[in-house]
Amino acid sequence: MKKTLQLLAGFWLVLWGVANAETGSGTGVGWGALNLPAGVTPDSHDIHDLHMTILWICVGIGILVYGILVYSLIHHRKSKGVVPATFHENTKLEIVWTIIPFLILIAMAIPATKVMIKVYDTSASDMTIKVTGYQWKWRYEYLTEGEGKGIDFFSSLDAKSNEARQLGSKIDPATVEHYLLNVDKPLVIPANKKIRILLTAADVLHAWWVPEFGWKKDAIPGFITDGWIKVETPGVYRGQCAELCGRDHGFMPIVVIVKTEDEYKQWVAAEKAKQDAGKADASKPLSLDELVAKGKEVYASNCAACHGLEGEGVPSVFPAIKGSKVALGPLADHVKLVLHGKAAMPAFKEHLSDVEAAAVVTYQRNGFGNNKGDSIQPADIQAYK
Amino acid sequence: MSVTTHDDTHAHDHHDHGPAKGFMRWVTTTNHKDIGTLYLITGLIMFFVGGAMALVIRAELFEPGLQYVDPHFFNQMTTLHALIMVFGAVMPAFAGLANWMIPMMIGAPDMALPRMNNWSFWLLPFSFVMLASTLFMDGGAAAAGWTLYPPLVLQTGHALPFTVFTVHLLGMSSIMAAINIIVTVFNMRAPGMTMMKLPLFVWTWVITAFLLIAVMPVFAGAVTMLLTDKFFGTSFFNAAGGGDPVLYQHLFWFFGHPEVYILILPSFGIISSIIPTFSRKPLFGYSSMVYATASIGLLSFIVWAHHQYTVGMPLAGELYFTYATMLIAVPTGVKVFNWLATMWKGAMTFETPMLYAIAFVVLFTMGGFTGLMMSISPADLQYHDTYFIVAHFHYVLVPGAVFALFAATYYWLPKWTGHMYDERLGKLHFWLTTISVNICFFPQHFVGLAGMPRRIPDYAVQFAEFNAMSSVGAFVFGFSQLIFAYVIYKAIQGGEKASSEVWEGAEAHGLEWHLPSPPPYHSWTEAPAQALISDLH
Ligand code: HEM
Ligand SMILES: [Cu+2]
Ligand SMILES: [Cu+2]
Repeated sequence: MKKTLQLLAGFWLVLWGVANAETGSGTGVGWGALNLPAGVTPDSHDIHDLHMTILWICVGIGILVYGILVYSLIHHRKSKGVVPATFHENTKLEIVWTIIPFLILIAMAIPATKVMIKVYDTSASDMTIKVTGYQWKWRYEYLTEGEGKGIDFFSSLDAKSNEARQLGSKIDPATVEHYLLNVDKPLVIPANKKIRILLTAADVLHAWWVPEFGWKKDAIPGFITDGWIKVETPGVYRGQCAELCGRDHGFMPIVVIVKTEDEYKQWVAAEKAKQDAGKADASKPLSLDELVAKGKEVYASNCAACHGLEGEGVPSVFPAIKGSKVALGPLADHVKLVLHGKAAMPAFKEHLSDVEAAAVVTYQRNGFGNNKGDSIQPADIQAYK
Repeated sequence: MSVTTHDDTHAHDHHDHGPAKGFMRWVTTTNHKDIGTLYLITGLIMFFVGGAMALVIRAELFEPGLQYVDPHFFNQMTTLHALIMVFGAVMPAFAGLANWMIPMMIGAPDMALPRMNNWSFWLLPFSFVMLASTLFMDGGAAAAGWTLYPPLVLQTGHALPFTVFTVHLLGMSSIMAAINIIVTVFNMRAPGMTMMKLPLFVWTWVITAFLLIAVMPVFAGAVTMLLTDKFFGTSFFNAAGGGDPVLYQHLFWFFGHPEVYILILPSFGIISSIIPTFSRKPLFGYSSMVYATASIGLLSFIVWAHHQYTVGMPLAGELYFTYATMLIAVPTGVKVFNWLATMWKGAMTFETPMLYAIAFVVLFTMGGFTGLMMSISPADLQYHDTYFIVAHFHYVLVPGAVFALFAATYYWLPKWTGHMYDERLGKLHFWLTTISVNICFFPQHFVGLAGMPRRIPDYAVQFAEFNAMSSVGAFVFGFSQLIFAYVIYKAIQGGEKASSEVWEGAEAHGLEWHLPSPPPYHSWTEAPAQALISDLH
């Protein structure tokens, strides 16, 4: 019996610890990361407050219930020579312990309702970003005129994490910075602006979740869901896909960089400049080596998840690229397959720029010992779209 | 467990036959105890199969990085682990208890529909073999989670139709078992055994049976729609054809929420039998227990979308499901308070069944608290699909439903076998299990709150310590269950003879304690004497 008591005491100490733990940061390391982050948006603060209130109510009820139980276990035992009582009903008591919990619930329901109404109010936003979930990456499209309209990119697991997370990679995750929580190209937003996030998906369900922002929401193919954020503090915030979306569900993180208004403007200008440069690039011929080098990067973040970093594929699920009939066959068929997809193979015509598409096809034909020797130029990609 | 001897007090010279001999006894049996035994053994075997899968999951999660399995296989493990534990371990075990105990408790000779009883059991082994075989099919087993959400589940390879057919068979089996229980309880109670005298185990099973009949067809329908979407060109869940993936979720959880109560209501009944016996006091608030169970049953139909707070329901829907879900905490609280009041001023002893019952009250309540937290929809926008949810449902299902099954086994094992089980081993099993289950699941609350999503094979390094702890707990838990299997085996083989009463004063707590241990093959061939029934608490 002493053991039971110790066990119970242990629980409550731990709970106490949680409640008092540093709640400012959800990215704390090791034993420090115990509780919901207090977050950096108005919604996340409200939700954190609700969480702490209901947690304390549960702790209170717990102390009462477990206290009575423990008292009873100590005092009402046969070994103490107790003669058992015979009572077995008390209507007043039943009414009391029905009504009191009911009142507590009403007291909880009121603030919960208020917060939910706020969370749902996506009106009067300053800008809108459309987020699309893909197996297994995110696409961000900026929709608001003057706030980066036209910026449109994909964001997937960064190369270091991706290498380390392969089965039997022998790379210690602890040596990888932000292991599994880092991406090749983060979402960038301005601080202190109300941003409406529109969510949808291209293939299966996903869910977009950054804990510091207070909520997650499902991305549903064929439908649009929405939510809003208004981040108070510039910084880097990390999250993950939260709805099972297949093999690499655990490997499609979200990184959001929140910049001050000025820095954000600079970033938008730089992106625009890059876009223009990209358009010019598409008409510039590249050497085989340049294409292969660029293609290797594109391959790692777009193709390796299924076809393997070494082009080895997954037997009877995803075909190998190494020695593949397509990669060693006619160039036109290869390009078409990559751009338009086939069965489980997604269509990449929107994911990849002309340069990227040309590079990755060339890499597949010349990497992994395929050594086909031919290549395609960015300028020739359009013809296949 | 084969008993052919007559019990003296009930012996009559009409012809009475024992079981057939050999293997065919089990194939052709229509006897409620034989079928109960088959169900229980199946449940135990599947508990180990599902448990082995859990250990694959926890081994992979022991440290960051992928060490043992491919993520796709990992997803197959989480999917099959849940399906097997829910449909293969817990539900059959409860059906086994119902078969064994209900006729004995209500003063009947057997179940009302014995042939259907045989059929409903024998569907199970074939279904589970079929489900397990999907692991070896092209594309592997279903890997979309036990909820089988489209569109992901439609990416399953050859396994999809087999998985769907397994669900159909399991649903048929459950519905038949449910019909049998309802018909038995409504028609075969001994004279004087009024509804409000039924032991709570019987009451909770009757309500469970109604839930089963109401929701299994909905699940069967939903998975059939998956099948037609995949193979016959329909678009129920495909937006491109005018359908909606979220429709599936509504159908699934209209089944799924009552389903979780199907897994817990019979446990409530078991705990309500055990606590009075070992407190040597009548159950406190019998009628309020019956009403609370009934209201939980009714409420369970109108709260389903609390599993979908993040799908983008309209605000009004969001709020409605919040209020309705919070309401469930009220009757659930009433049950816990009644158990406390039953123990209060009792003369408790702490044999293994009672230890498990107490642990149930403590730890199930913990799951109730997290349930209450998650019912607050804005907060659930954070909790949803994290390890916090994993902690919640494992607290209600493992130290909840599974502990109730352990408690029931220890409580009735001497009655079934006629031998006392090894109390020392029972207590050892209890302590190892209870401590390890908390080491396994308690830290999951923390990683969940700190941001770890569920259903992932690998995680960021800040979650490493708690995951390692969780895995250690899981392995200790898993291997401790071998003790349980051994205790059962040993009691079947022999041991100290059990009296008919088994536990001091148990006779006042149920008719089963008036039958000899082990009981005759046909339980009450003659109705129990009125005095026995009116003396029950
Ligand atoms: C006080 C009573 C309870 C309340 C208020 C409650 C509430 C909830 C809520 C709101 C969720 C959804 C969380 C999410 O996915 O975001 C949930 C999940 C779940 N609950 Fe409960 N719950 C209660 C008791 C139970 C019981 C008794 C069981 C079963 C024995 C149970 C089993 C489950 C399961 C299995 C899930 C997760 C299903 C899944 O997503 O795979 N809960 N509960
Ligand atoms: Cu995902
Ligand atoms: Cu539910």
